[in-house]
Amino acid sequence: MAGAEDLKLLGMWASPYVLRAKLALSLKGLNYEYVEEDLKNKSELLLKSNPVHNKVPVLIHNGKAVCESTVIVQYIDEAFAGTGLSLLPSDPYERALARFWAAYIDDKLLPAWTKSSRGKTEEERAEGKEQSAVTVENLEGALRECSKGKPFFGGDNPGYVDVILGGLLGWVRASEELYGIKPFDPAMAPLLAAWAERFGALEAVHPVIPEVNRLVELAKMMQAMLAAEAAGAGN
Amino acid sequence: MAGEKKGLQLLDFWVSPFGQRCRIALDEKALPYEYLEQDLGNKSELLLRSNPVHKKIPVLLHDGRPVCESLIIVQYIDEAFSSSSGKPPLLPSDPYARAQARFWADYVDKKVYDCGTRLWKTKGEPQQQARKEMVEILKTLEGALGDKPYFGGDEFGFVDVAFVPFTAWFLTYERYGEISVDKECPRLAAWAKRCGERESVNKNLSPPEKVYEFIGTLKKKFGIE
Repeated sequence: MAGAEDLKLLGMWASPYVLRAKLALSLKGLNYEYVEEDLKNKSELLLKSNPVHNKVPVLIHNGKAVCESTVIVQYIDEAFAGTGLSLLPSDPYERALARFWAAYIDDKLLPAWTKSSRGKTEEERAEGKEQSAVTVENLEGALRECSKGKPFFGGDNPGYVDVILGGLLGWVRASEELYGIKPFDPAMAPLLAAWAERFGALEAVHPVIPEVNRLVELAKMMQAMLAAEAAGAGN
Repeated sequence: MAGEKKGLQLLDFWVSPFGQRCRIALDEKALPYEYLEQDLGNKSELLLRSNPVHKKIPVLLHDGRPVCESLIIVQYIDEAFSSSSGKPPLLPSDPYARAQARFWADYVDKKVYDCGTRLWKTKGEPQQQARKEMVEILKTLEGALGDKPYFGGDEFGFVDVAFVPFTAWFLTYERYGEISVDKECPRLAAWAKRCGERESVNKNLSPPEKVYEFIGTLKKKFGIE
């Protein structure tokens, strides 16, 4: 049974990137040791394991470190190829499509969302909202194309893109309470809205997603801190 | 489907290091393809249809089906033609080695082009900052190379393909950044030279002076002094 191997995940509970790694491990039924990092006081192990970026997540497998969430998810899929679900499809063209949309989520979707909620000016946030609408529309089309009528980007079962997008689910849910924004509005993106419900309800997924209340609390705390800093800086 | 061309076509722009990654991968695998130079100021129907999301080059068309994003294209070439080309794979087979290769290719993507652009686009404090960063980036990559002949080890591989087109930009970085790759990163400079001896690289990289000339033209065009 998988789990005899030494698997350790260095993470931070609210990070969507860390959640991706947890989702991959969970979907493949792998046991691992989770280590919560204090990002204001990073451990020796984290600094040693990710000397280039000093960031979480880091997956340490039998003492060897793998960094960057998309690299980690692909690694989990390949190192444990015989175990549980296969996250990446076997056909080279479908793999290329899956990688394309995963990259799109990081290169376009996330920055647009960040801009729309945390942009410093009204203009920036409005621009972010516009960009978000375009990216969600593209992703809705991607889901249609990749799923071919089946429940997930991966088809009958969740796959790579489901995991990469799934990492954002906690914050997607928290977004409504925090910013009054529904990133996957059923009116604008019905497939994605249904996907979010469906993926979030999976047995391997729902215990792993951070609680919305905790995320909202964290975001409010961070906002307060930034506001205090800005006020202090004005003196 | 009517009009779908068989075989491989590459939509590209002559000086693009991202496009060159694909050309190098195709040549390493000895795969024949049709090169289609794109006018980026007046994008073709084919480009807009093949990459509607980003409208960017490079795009690889395989029997009419588009693959976009240079590193995704390189992986596709490696995987779709693994048995037929008879050439060694660009990505190793060991999962951990693959993860390392992906990490460093991602590092090149995140760091080199952006910092390089700031080197020639900015002046004063931002340029100084970019200069410092570029040296750090190159030293980090040199550290990853270590004593190996290639990033891939004994064989030219994925990270080598990802990074080598930027070696044609070293001259431009050196002139705008007032840095010397030879002095700061001698092992990296040696690696660049070693790669340059490969036919796939030699044939596909832009001559460094041409890159420098191109940047000069861009600067004038955008009114950057």
